[in-house]
This record gives sequence, structure tokens and C-alpha cells, in this order.
Amino acid sequence: MKTKNIIIVGVGGQGSLLASKILGHLFVNEGFDVKVSEVHGMSQRGGSVITYVRFGDKVYSPIVDRGQADFIVSFELLETARALPFLKIGGQIVTNTQQIDPMPVITGAATYPENLVEKIRAKGIKIDAMDCLSLAKQSGSPKAVNIVLLGRLSHYFDIPETSWQNSLKANVPQKFLDINQRAFALGKQFV
Amino acid sequence: MPVVLTFIFLYGNFFLLNFKKGSLILKRLLLGNLAAAQGLWQAGCDFISSYPGTPSTEITEATATLPDIYSEWAPNEKVALESAFGASLAGHRAAVAQKHVGLNVAADPLFTMSYTGVNAGLVIFVADDPGLHSSQNEQDSRNYAKAAKVPMLEPSNSQEILDFTIVAFDLSEQFDTPVLIRLNTRVAHSQSIVTTGDRVSYSKPYSKDISKFVMVPAFAKARHPLVEKRIQDLAAFAESSNLNQLEFNDTDIGFITSSSAYLYLKEICPDASFLKLGIVHPLPDNLIRQFAAKVNRLVVVEELDPFILDHVKALGINCVNINLPCIGEFFPNLLADKLGKPTPPTIELDENIPARPPVMCAGCPHRGLFYSLKKNKCTVLGDIGCYTLGAMPPLSTIEMTLCMGASIGATHGFNKVLGTKSEGKTVAVIGDSTFIHSGMTGLTNVAYNQSNSTVIILDNSITGMTGHQQNPTTGLNIKGDPAGKVDLEALCRAMGINRVRVVDPYDLKSCDTAIKEELAAKEPSVIISRRPCALLKNVKHKPPLHVDSDKCIGCKSCMKIGCPAISMKNGKAVVDQTQCVGCEVCSQLCPKKAFARES
Repeated sequence: MKTKNIIIVGVGGQGSLLASKILGHLFVNEGFDVKVSEVHGMSQRGGSVITYVRFGDKVYSPIVDRGQADFIVSFELLETARALPFLKIGGQIVTNTQQIDPMPVITGAATYPENLVEKIRAKGIKIDAMDCLSLAKQSGSPKAVNIVLLGRLSHYFDIPETSWQNSLKANVPQKFLDINQRAFALGKQFV
Repeated sequence: MPVVLTFIFLYGNFFLLNFKKGSLILKRLLLGNLAAAQGLWQAGCDFISSYPGTPSTEITEATATLPDIYSEWAPNEKVALESAFGASLAGHRAAVAQKHVGLNVAADPLFTMSYTGVNAGLVIFVADDPGLHSSQNEQDSRNYAKAAKVPMLEPSNSQEILDFTIVAFDLSEQFDTPVLIRLNTRVAHSQSIVTTGDRVSYSKPYSKDISKFVMVPAFAKARHPLVEKRIQDLAAFAESSNLNQLEFNDTDIGFITSSSAYLYLKEICPDASFLKLGIVHPLPDNLIRQFAAKVNRLVVVEELDPFILDHVKALGINCVNINLPCIGEFFPNLLADKLGKPTPPTIELDENIPARPPVMCAGCPHRGLFYSLKKNKCTVLGDIGCYTLGAMPPLSTIEMTLCMGASIGATHGFNKVLGTKSEGKTVAVIGDSTFIHSGMTGLTNVAYNQSNSTVIILDNSITGMTGHQQNPTTGLNIKGDPAGKVDLEALCRAMGINRVRVVDPYDLKSCDTAIKEELAAKEPSVIISRRPCALLKNVKHKPPLHVDSDKCIGCKSCMKIGCPAISMKNGKAVVDQTQCVGCEVCSQLCPKKAFARES
């Protein structure tokens, strides 16, 4: 299989590491070669963060460059827009519609762009935009945003539901499994 | 079976269990740094001492979760390497892990350790940070291997990190030398699939040998020829070692490369020929000549300095110059472009996307202190840690950041030459861990040579930037167990600082008073700004604040502290309830008392 590239973007501290952990686990168990790359440190203090997940028959590079991502999974709308150049032509975006103001917007030095989803769609890009925070709260915890996103992402892979469920079970604490399973289902059902 | 339990406990989950030749083999996705820890465990390493530094920190964090390796955070990299040397001297395999600039601190023991050699194996991980993801410079650690005349291995993925770590101990003992293993951010912080194995145990006796281990001139003189011979022996070893790999495919183009650059090239030019170096010092001259002779166009691809390139050129071998930068990190498209390969088209919005720089967290204890420094128009010489963000708007206070501990030394020199022009308004700010790392000697100098300097220790009770490691001021060790605790106030007084006081940075008024009084004093002083990092799990927060929009007059006084939880919406301040931790610094600035809590 040709290598598939996923990038996960968001704001430092939003919890993208769990999402990449679940994906990595899933793809290894499905028998793929897998690389996951993340940056720790300074950027985690509320800055833009990006995680790369690649899987296929043989994967060398741990990173995804501009124009190479089959999927962008995003925790925050401005970060979706920032990550857009990474998307392959014909690629798919799965994004949370939550907006978190960066410091230049807070200080008034810049403004948060409006109608980003519409502007992205106007470029002919396939984008699933969901209020993941509400869906996560509906499932029982605002922290389950990442699982809502994964639920939606699962649509686009020919991987059995049971495999996704196994990776969830293996990576989230038992006491939060119900919440996460509900979050996954809510994301998956999103239309 | 205990081995299985250990790993399942350590890495939290799954993995395919294979039994091969009676020993337990696990196959799993592992972060490069965890693969290093696994390699240390399998190699029978008994001791690791490190100072945290991105991107190396997880190595020592991971070994600390294993029962078999004594692991500790040292006050700095020099102490760590000296301690590891002691463990090696005593006959146990030992290691240290640090970032590139950490090796600067440990360079002193390293250079003479090259002369003494080791007893049991000694392995030094050094993680470079091309692209400066989380560093103050972009130095290339390979130059240390050359300068100290010790071998350096460079793995490209997690499996190689694990395997090279085991080989490094063997080399260390075979060639009687410390061995450097160079990682970079990508290799250290990427997960790839590894197959793991069992631990071996290793130890040898200590025996007194002063001609080898007492480096006085007469003995050191006799050791130097051995160092020169050793590097020649290692070069001979590198010619035939399987750590250096020849891959002959299409011989029209051949790459000499290593590390993550190799991984990118394998996807850009899968049919090319490669000399993939696993030993980057010393370099194998004959292997390079042999490879060069068989390919039409030879290209050297390496991040940062032209370390391999200069060597190849010095051998009189022609290389094709593809104008690779010696600045910044490589990316696949950059290499493809330089090699004349197509790069994929991209889509962009016709929109200005505001930057999202890292910021001090909501409730960060540094914020109140920096606000007070700004209010008092202080010249602030800074240091290395989260608080370096105090240089950024809107706090915009820090005017200098150099290296660990430099805030104090620089403030001393600044005040000595400017005298009353800077005394009374210049302060050094330094974190608790950074102060212990290398600020103490600077403060000793302030007290000894009596500069009228004020030093502010930002004591947030943890090493923050690298992700919450314990340090000698926290009273806990790497495992979170009770440990010795430095009393900062007593320490500063013992150094000869008479004026030492503690403030709570959430209390703006007392910060302001302390800064004014200590700057006015005609002698050296220390202010300890003490409040635990807001992200620490054991810190209890008050409920979030909200703004009474009827009271808010939109004066933006609360915006001066740069809290990510506060923004202006329709001319009024709004508090993000998911971020606010109720520190109340903002409410102290509000002239209308518009900040309140839900009753």
C-alpha cells in the first residue's frame, strides 16, 4: 500500500498526543509500517503544535511535508487554516470548529479570520467541520474532543470498527472508556 | 514473565509478544528516546545521571521507570557526566543524556575522559536541535566528537537507537573510550517499530591505576599518544563496521548521509545508491573512496555543519554541490527541490493567518512578577526556561538570554561597568532549576566581588520548560520520592547575600514593593518569587473568574499581563472559563473590580 499521511494540528496542551498514540497503535496492529513524529518543549506552551502519522508497507520519513497530507485532523480552526498548505490536492480535512485566540489576537495586533470553514470549502477542499467540544461534552467529558475527531476520521479508512475499538481500549483508562466510546460514535455519526 | 510485566507497566499498553530462542522479544512502536532507554536496559546499563533538556529528556524519564537502572536528575550536565564516569570507573555500565548545549557544560570532563578512557562502558547521548524547536542555538555536536577525539554514532530511527546503544557499550569497552550517540529532534521524538530483547548483566572489578586515571601532566602526556592511536584504530574499525552501510542501486547518483536526512532521501530517491553512516566520527576514508569511485555523482547530505562534506573534500574527492543550507532543519521538499525533483502543489488561503507563539500559561506564576518588573521599567537580563517568554509582548521585559545561568553573570558585569547608571534598575531573573544548574556560581561572584545587583529566583518548584522534572530545590527525586532539598534562602545567605526575601508573584503589590526596595538597597540582594507552576497536578486552583460586563469599561488594564484566558469581545474583557485557573492577577489590575467568581 502507498504510504498514507495524516497530520494532527492544534494548540499546545489540547491533547493531540493521545490521538496519535491511538492511531499509531491501530496501524501497527493492522500490520502496517508506522512512523509518528511529534515535537515537545517550547511549542507545547500554548503554541501551534503538529504531529505526523504515516503508515504503509514501508515508511522511512517520520515527517509529512507541504502538499503531502492525505488527512488533516485539527483541534482548532485557525490551526486548520495554518496547516492547509500541508494538504495533498484532493485530501480530506476533519476539524473541530473551536476557536482559541492566539496572543497577537488577544493583544489586538491581529484579528482572528472569519468564516474559515466557508473559505476553505470555497477552495474546493473536502472539510468535515464539527463542534467537537459540544459533542465531547455530550459524550460526558470536554476532554474527549480528540476521540470525536478520530471517530469521524475512521469513516475514511477501510479498517474494521473492532480494530478502532481495540485501540481505544488499549490507550484510554478503563474508567473513561464509556465516555470515549460515546465520543467516538458521535464523531462517526456526524453528517 | 516479570519482564513482560515490566514493559506493560512501563509503556502502558499492548504489543506483540514473540518468543524466539527462548528469550522474550517484543515488537512495538517506540519513541526514539524510549528506544534509547530500552537499549540502555538491554545493554545492562546500571547507572544514568542527566539534566533535562529537550529533545533528550524522555531517555532518563523512561529509565527511571525501570527497576534495574539507577536513574537520577543531576544539578547539571557536568555533574551528571562526572557521576557516570564514577560509575564506569567502579565497573558498571553508565550513561548520560543531554541536549546539544548540555554537552557544552559537560565538555570539561569529556575532553579529559577521552584521555583516561573508561573501566565499564560509558555512553553519552547528545540530542541536537536543528531548526531550534526548543533551544537557544543550533550547534552541531559532531564537532565535539572530533575535538575530544572520541567516537560518535548516529542512528536514524528507533530500532537503530536501541541497537546502536548496545553496540556503543561494547565499543566503549573494546576501545577504552566514552562513546557519543548523536540524536536530533526528529529521531529522538519520532516513534517507529522496534523489536526488543532481554537484558544482559555486566560488571567488572575496579582496580587502582593512577597512570590511567590520575590526569596530572606526566600521566596525561603518556595518555595522549594512546588517544591518537585509538582514533586511528576506530577509523579502521569504521571501515568494516556494519554500522556504516553501503547500498548500491542506481549508481548515477550516490549519497553519503546519516540520520533523518537518510530517511528523507530514501523516499525522494529510492533508487539511488547510499553510503549511510552510523559512525560519524571517525569517518571511514577507504569506504568513502570506494563508494565515490562507483557512483557518477556524489552528494553529501547532512544537517547543520559541513562535517562529512569537508572531510570528503579533504580526501580530494569531487562532490556535487546542491547548495544545502547549514542553517535550519531539513524537510523532504527542501531536499527534493535541491535535487531537482518535483514538489507537490499546495493550497493556501488568501488570508492573513495570525501567528500562535508559545505563551505563559493561564495562572503562570511568572506573569505577576514580570508585570511588576515592566511597571518598574527594569532592565531584565534573563535565563533559560519558560520565563524566557517574558521577552514577548505584552510583557516584553527580558532583554537578554544567553545560556544556563548567564542572567546573573551578565547582570554582575553590566552593573560593574555602568555603576549607578544601571544599579537600581537592572535585575537578573532565573528559575529555581537553572539557578542550581549554573546560577549559584554567578551569585557567588556577585557576593564576592560585591556588585550592587538584584537577582530574582523564579521558584516554581519544578523544572518547567522540559515538562516537569524534579530538581534539588523540590525535595523530590526523579521517581517522585522524598529526597534532599536545597533551602534557597539559606543558600543565598551562606554565599554572602544579606538581603534575601520571598514574595508571592500572585500578589502584585508585594512584588512591586520588593522590587522597589531591593533595587534601592546599596548592596547585592535576592528576591525569591515563589509559587508552584500552575500546571503541576498537585496544585489546587480556585474556580475561574468571569467579567461583569456592566462594570467593565474596556480599559484593557487586564490585557497588560498577556493572559491567554482573557480577550476583548465587543469592547469588553471576557475570561475563557476553560483556561482560567482563578489566580486573580487580572482582578488586581481592574479599576472597576469587574472580575468576580460565580457565587
